[in-house]
Amino acid sequence: MSFFKRFARNKGALIGLIILLLVVLAAILAPYFYPTSPWRMVTRPFLPPMAMDGYWLGTDALGRDVASGVMHGARVSLLIGLVSTVTALLIGVPIGALAGYFGGLIDDALMRFTEFFQTIPAFALAIVIVAILQPSLYSIVLAIAIVSWPPVARLVRGEVLSLRSREYVQAAVVIGQSTPRIIFTQVLPNTIAPITVMASLMVASAILLESALSFLGLGDPNMMTWGYMIGAGRTRLIAAWWISFFPGVAIFLTVLALNLVGEGLNDALNPRLSQEGG
Amino acid sequence: MSVLVVEKLTLALPSVADRKHAVSNLDLAIAAGETLCIVGESGSGKSMTAHAVMGLLPKAVRPAGGSIKLAGRELLGLDEEAMRSVRGREIGMIFQEPMTSLNPVMRISDQILETFEAHRALDDRARRRRTIELLEEVGLPDPEHIARAYPHELSGGQRQRVMIAMALALEPKLLIADEPTTALDVTTQAQILRLIDDLRRRHGTAVLFITHDFGVVAEIADHVAVLQNGICVEQGPAEEVLQRPRHDYTKRLLAAVPSLIPPPPKVLGDAPDALVVEGLNKTYGGRGFFGGSRRVVAAEDVTLTIRRGETLGLVGESGSGKSTVGRCIMRLTEPDGGLLRVGDLEISAMSARQFRPFRNRIQMVFQDPYASLNPRRRVGRIIAEGPEAQGVSRRKAEERARELLDLVGLSANAADRYPHEFSGGQRQRIGIARALALDPDVLVADEPVSALDVSVQAQILDLIQDLQKRLGLAILFVTHDLRVAAQVCDRIAVMQRGRIVELKPTAELFANPAHEYTQQLLAAVPGAGASRARDRTTA
Amino acid sequence: MHLLRFIGGRLIKGVIVLIAIATLNFFLIRAAPGDPASVMAGEAGAADAEFLRQLREQFGLDRPLYEQLWIYLTDILTLDLGFSYRQGRPVIELIADRLPATLLLTGAAFVFSLVLGVILGVLAARRAGKWSDSAITTGALFFYAMPLFWIALMSQIIFSLWLGWLPNVGFETIGAGYTGLRRALDIGTHLILPATTLGLFFTALYARMMRAAMLEISGADFVKTARAKGVHEGRIVRRHIARNAILPVVTLAGLQAGQIVGGAVLTETVFGWPGIGRLMFEALAQRDYQVLLGVFFVSSAMVVLFNLITDVVYRVADPRIEVGR
Repeated sequence: MSFFKRFARNKGALIGLIILLLVVLAAILAPYFYPTSPWRMVTRPFLPPMAMDGYWLGTDALGRDVASGVMHGARVSLLIGLVSTVTALLIGVPIGALAGYFGGLIDDALMRFTEFFQTIPAFALAIVIVAILQPSLYSIVLAIAIVSWPPVARLVRGEVLSLRSREYVQAAVVIGQSTPRIIFTQVLPNTIAPITVMASLMVASAILLESALSFLGLGDPNMMTWGYMIGAGRTRLIAAWWISFFPGVAIFLTVLALNLVGEGLNDALNPRLSQEGG
Repeated sequence: MSVLVVEKLTLALPSVADRKHAVSNLDLAIAAGETLCIVGESGSGKSMTAHAVMGLLPKAVRPAGGSIKLAGRELLGLDEEAMRSVRGREIGMIFQEPMTSLNPVMRISDQILETFEAHRALDDRARRRRTIELLEEVGLPDPEHIARAYPHELSGGQRQRVMIAMALALEPKLLIADEPTTALDVTTQAQILRLIDDLRRRHGTAVLFITHDFGVVAEIADHVAVLQNGICVEQGPAEEVLQRPRHDYTKRLLAAVPSLIPPPPKVLGDAPDALVVEGLNKTYGGRGFFGGSRRVVAAEDVTLTIRRGETLGLVGESGSGKSTVGRCIMRLTEPDGGLLRVGDLEISAMSARQFRPFRNRIQMVFQDPYASLNPRRRVGRIIAEGPEAQGVSRRKAEERARELLDLVGLSANAADRYPHEFSGGQRQRIGIARALALDPDVLVADEPVSALDVSVQAQILDLIQDLQKRLGLAILFVTHDLRVAAQVCDRIAVMQRGRIVELKPTAELFANPAHEYTQQLLAAVPGAGASRARDRTTA
Repeated sequence: MHLLRFIGGRLIKGVIVLIAIATLNFFLIRAAPGDPASVMAGEAGAADAEFLRQLREQFGLDRPLYEQLWIYLTDILTLDLGFSYRQGRPVIELIADRLPATLLLTGAAFVFSLVLGVILGVLAARRAGKWSDSAITTGALFFYAMPLFWIALMSQIIFSLWLGWLPNVGFETIGAGYTGLRRALDIGTHLILPATTLGLFFTALYARMMRAAMLEISGADFVKTARAKGVHEGRIVRRHIARNAILPVVTLAGLQAGQIVGGAVLTETVFGWPGIGRLMFEALAQRDYQVLLGVFFVSSAMVVLFNLITDVVYRVADPRIEVGR
């Protein structure tokens, strides 16, 4: 059964994929639907949703369009989610692969290093990094990458360790393939599946992390983000619940979609083989 | 009086399976105090039959007809609660894998007590007393200590004894044993078989014993039933089926079991030494700061030579170090010391990098046909990778791959397919082709047939011997199976706890084993004492 | 005896980790734009030249780098975490005041999430495939995807502002002057919303893990052995399946310590809970970096300690692991 068929069998994964595509579309099309900056005041403040034509999600305390903010926020969230995940992978995969393949002292040293970073409370460290380096797109991506790479390293190390003692890898040593070639052509290709699954989950948690930082006021001050909107709506919860509600729904749907897609990938890439043995 | 009567039992498999029924129209009967062995290869349905009697079939498999009667009482169709009370009290069962068959977080005594509790038998004090008695009865030394222990503190053989104690705790009428000795060392296996036989005699229990090993059948069976693809092809008293088999399949299976009588020795003339090993040492562990209590001497002062065209067997039980020696010779694991020479090349003096271009001289065939081929590579690529790594052009390497596939008995277009499309035996042929792709002088075969069915084993062994004759290979054959060693090896080295205790030409070793351990090993091979008289008690 | 040696070893390791964290703090300050003294003085303090001078002296900013590091480390190890210009008190005092509230919150959230998560996981596994399983699994999926602070806000709106069932913000009813049991109950009702919203994310995590572990272990050989002995189904689920399935959940719970402490910052902010999390939020708003780093350090210490405790618990629960290795 091909990969796509297996993926499609998981209904949840399909739903997730659709939602994700919608979010990506929203991000891409935001400048077309709402060409003016979401920071601009467009009409009366505290407009409830559907109260006025064209402002379906209402407006906030400063008369800004909530729907515009939500769509523009999608761009930021997806961007930060992707870039920080890629960065974390660039750090974590090599560390894990080296530790797993060479073992011994290298493994010990790298694992102590990884454990250290895992012991530190991730969110607190992210706050400290962004606060001290001053909030900006770069400091946020850096902070998220720094707290996200340890689980990747652990995963890759575990996979490489188990693959290293797999007989076909030993066979590759025996027939005389060079070590770098073995790592790149025999070992790593078989780790792509779990890394991909983990990557989709990492994007999800990166988005959660970024929105939490924005909520606390540590977001990039030039960017309208979902977290910022939720934080800004805090003071008027009873009167204007929609200011905090809709951005939250956006985060929820995006993260949910990523989780569903991740699970679908997991099922598709690791099918339970009921073929062998008898 | 028959304890167990199975009539026309049929078990249906789900539609995705390769056949409709796991078992069709099966008839069996066991009398009290008797042992019935069900023999078959993997997929024959023998294990399913055992599970059906216990009512422990997997959800996907359902009884589709027939009856199972225990002491006259029909078991099929009983509701779950009634079946639960039958299990453990009237039927006891032991399984194949001692390492995973006991709850790891529960003490041994608690696990035995559980059986009593489940059937509300005896009062508290009597239960504890009985537990200790049971542990004694199954031959465990210091039963008080074992009772307080956790499963991971016991060896495989000890755990299997505990399983037997639990199964027989309430003196059931029938004991079902599903390949209970397959995962054990040959000497431990012999002890467990003897134990089961003793207990059977003493308590008059009927025993249903599932196995794939005809040697075991010869040791303990009163009656035999041979299963092929879910159908019983032959059934009868053990001696008759073993000595005068009637069905073709039975004859084939029996013929495939390697005899313990070695064939006449090869003539090697003045063939040169292909592999020389002197004083090989390897010790694991001992790294920790807080005491090196984990040091294991895997190989100590191992010395052997193999000539061109010769096969040397390296025989031992688990923990003997035979696999370690094989891996050290391949330099998959670096030995701690010793001389290694392939032909005129002293490889022990080289670093790993220096050795790499010479790796073509000595190649390896691995044990697990399912794990030794990269599942994401086509077969042709797998075989061609070796020559390519040594500098041969891609085209030539792939041509060679096709030639080799032909040589090992597969069609050349297998090169375009993936490993999962092949059976275990075929994959092992591919593994052999890969090893031969580099034109080695020496071949190290690490249990190459242990994971294969007995009928396939014979084919692969024939292939290896044929190739050796044609190519003049020197082969180091690592195995735990003495029968295989008897047929395939010219000389045999017996290993125990890291040392070679005896090294002799095969015929001599079997006729006059000098070392005590060799004698134990030979005596423990099931079916070895074909003329051994067996006690029978009729109920 | 083995256990004590193990604990001793881990404590030493913990101290080393804390020293490493303090060193990390040290270099972070120097990575910031501007000179370290004005970074440490914070927005408020940087305006005061006298305060800046004091800081420069205190941190030895004119001395070589390794001396500065030494001064910094010895300060931290004697619990001198600096001085908050804005609040006018030593940082360690500010933290000590608020630490108990955070411990109460995170402790309650942890217990809640673990207990509820395990129960739901067992239920879902036992009813695998039925609608109750789908409900629990979907619910877990949803709560896993919702931002912590958003759940907090929404539940604040629903349960406190609209329905009026539970208090809105704060630790206890101010000015009511309760004592003893009455006070404890009052704090308890204030604790419900923060603790449950903080714990919901982890409940989802543990429920999923427990369910998966239960399903996997159901197929294990030793479970088949128990069935073959005729043991009752209920006992099999308790003593065989669940007892083994809970081990990976405990490991997971240990690893989540850092997340709970981090999540407390958000929960305390939303509910006005007077803990170190909210202190961190205030320090952010006031650009008071001494307090910020102080809270960071203390929460790291909490996590180290917590990891030690869960490690010991795990080793006691799983007899296969020899304590002291």
